[in-house]
Amino acid sequence: MNKQVELKNRKIIASQHVKLGQKNKMGQTYTDVNDIFYKAKQTANFMTGSEVIRAAIKVASVGTSVAYPITPQSEAAALIGELYAEGYVDEYFRGESEFAVMGQCAGSAFGGHRVFTTTAGPGTLRAMENFPMWAGSRLPIQVCVTCRGINSPLSIQPDTLEMHYLLETGMLVWHAETAQDLFDYILKGFIVAEQPDVHVPIAVCCDGFFVTHTKDTVDLPPEDLCLTPYDPYRNPQPVMDMETAPIRMMRDPFVMKSNYISYATHASWQQEVKAAVERSRKHTIPLLDGLIDEENTDREILIVGSGTAVSQSREAIRLLEAEGIKVGLVKIKTIRPFPYEEIRRATKNAKHIFVPEFNVAGWLAREIKANIPDNERVYVGPHVAGGMTMPSEVIVEEIKKHLGMEVAARGTLG
Amino acid sequence: MSKEKIVLCDDLADVMPPEYHELVENATYGDQDRGWKDIGSSKELIEQHSLCAGCPESIAFRYILASLPAPEDTVFVGSTGCTSLVFPHVAVHNIHSLFGNQNAIASGLKRTLKSRFPGVEKDVVVLAGDGATVDIGLDMTMQSWFRQEKFTTICFDNELYANTGGQESGLMQKGFVAKMAPKGKNFEKVRLAEIAREAGCAYVAVLTVSKPNRVEQVIKNAVLVAREIGPTFVQLYTPCILEIGKQSMEGLDEMKDSEQIGGRFVQKEYITDEAQKLLDSIKEETKIRKKAAKEAKKLVNA
Repeated sequence: MNKQVELKNRKIIASQHVKLGQKNKMGQTYTDVNDIFYKAKQTANFMTGSEVIRAAIKVASVGTSVAYPITPQSEAAALIGELYAEGYVDEYFRGESEFAVMGQCAGSAFGGHRVFTTTAGPGTLRAMENFPMWAGSRLPIQVCVTCRGINSPLSIQPDTLEMHYLLETGMLVWHAETAQDLFDYILKGFIVAEQPDVHVPIAVCCDGFFVTHTKDTVDLPPEDLCLTPYDPYRNPQPVMDMETAPIRMMRDPFVMKSNYISYATHASWQQEVKAAVERSRKHTIPLLDGLIDEENTDREILIVGSGTAVSQSREAIRLLEAEGIKVGLVKIKTIRPFPYEEIRRATKNAKHIFVPEFNVAGWLAREIKANIPDNERVYVGPHVAGGMTMPSEVIVEEIKKHLGMEVAARGTLG
Repeated sequence: MSKEKIVLCDDLADVMPPEYHELVENATYGDQDRGWKDIGSSKELIEQHSLCAGCPESIAFRYILASLPAPEDTVFVGSTGCTSLVFPHVAVHNIHSLFGNQNAIASGLKRTLKSRFPGVEKDVVVLAGDGATVDIGLDMTMQSWFRQEKFTTICFDNELYANTGGQESGLMQKGFVAKMAPKGKNFEKVRLAEIAREAGCAYVAVLTVSKPNRVEQVIKNAVLVAREIGPTFVQLYTPCILEIGKQSMEGLDEMKDSEQIGGRFVQKEYITDEAQKLLDSIKEETKIRKKAAKEAKKLVNA
């Protein structure tokens, strides 16, 4: 666990799918993920995050997608419906609630399809019982979580609290900063999650509205290429299609409480799911170019963040630099697996570590505090919640305040 | 799946359990005319059960497994409850995921199997208790019917939550005193068969499992109609003898009593015209096929 993997000249294991190089019914050529990202010519496009999800699914060879409306993912889910109508997705329908949708996704994955769905905020929580079930059943379903508030009174504003609830579900959890990340993570996420030694679900998270509803420049590969299809027979468990011989699975079902082997089986299975998440590192590191990005981590002051908090931090660092305060940056791309070793290494010179977050809990700061030595260096914040934006000036002020520096008085209302 | 896939590897044959040998040699996968009468003369697809002694659910399982038209291409979806203790012993692929989401799982599964195997009929059959079907899962049960999902839903109706110790359920009779209904249940047994009919099921049947030939016919009808037309629903009375204070020998009598005229489980069927037409044509085809086979046999013997 947590072993460093040498990056140089390493790429994810190339696909050996029998359909590699063949064309699908839409005329797209099944192409290895390495070739899609590293060989094919990329073209710049100016589009919203929702359109980026559509663009990714168009080339993802998805079997089934199940949709349900909830802001801010409704547009993306409807755009996938258009892809289904055009023929790029084999099966698509609207479910009746997020709990049902995640069950329908599970049914499709049990039957051997590559499955994609989207949800947000209260939908993520309504669906929650399904996520550990997906992981325990080793279903490599991808859910794109466009984070929004989960509190009452009703809120549709961006807030990353729901990611906190996903951390111990046994899923891979990746956090996209930009629309480009979102495109890359969706496609690369399928490939990593479907590796036989991983084969667990993945949540590709992005901050609602900030990413889904703003336009950004995104480099896209040609639309006549697509991912090689999911091969259900590389599943570590039998596919539920009666194409492999059925047999009685066990003499005493594991649910029988009086059976010691039941406890042992459940405990070891939970450990195996955790281990599968850790094993994803070796596939993820070459594909995402590491689980973290680092800029000037030799500096004494560091900002460590994920999602759009990273973009705001970049601007804050520029403002601080103008005042002669030098700050380094760590962007965390995968929350599960958590980059323990990478964070320890990147923060070893830092005296002050700031963790800006869009949620009230400060869960990312807690994760970091729990994993580095001398954790009094970690300042839990700045964080905003309930859909507030986090202007770069707020990050600047909080850093300066914490360091005992003078902060210019802000204008007052009226 | 063709039956040829259920074979023994010669090198490993000596370490395979005897029940698997029997499954390969003497099960009825692929037999068009399989039915409850094979019980006792061929290998059953249920190995054993972990239910209470005398539980009518166990015999219901045996009849259903013997009656499936094509177990070699059937996938079961179960739910939490007594049935989830039995599925691990069954030689047909089966899924347990959560409590109440069985019809959601089956919806995704059936569509995916249809998409992956366009030329093959893969039957999906949901088998869950009344708590899963009517209480916690009613939304997903009904929504799958509204959407006209082409699979069969079987409800083992024991009129209470058996596995958790006999609590009130929506299918319990009014007035019955149970855990969580300490003064007796104060509303009527949910009329699920009528709900199923109105929600769009093409074939609905309610009966007990006291008569195997009736169970066989109903299961075959339900699976074949679901293949061709739309959702089907079968409600089987499988009393929880433990929780209604009966002995293990009394399950059959309880079912027979409840199906007498005026009882809660007098057999009834709701069949759409389209489904009836299909069933009539299947009956006719079967008759012709059997007659031809009989004549061919006569010729061989002559």
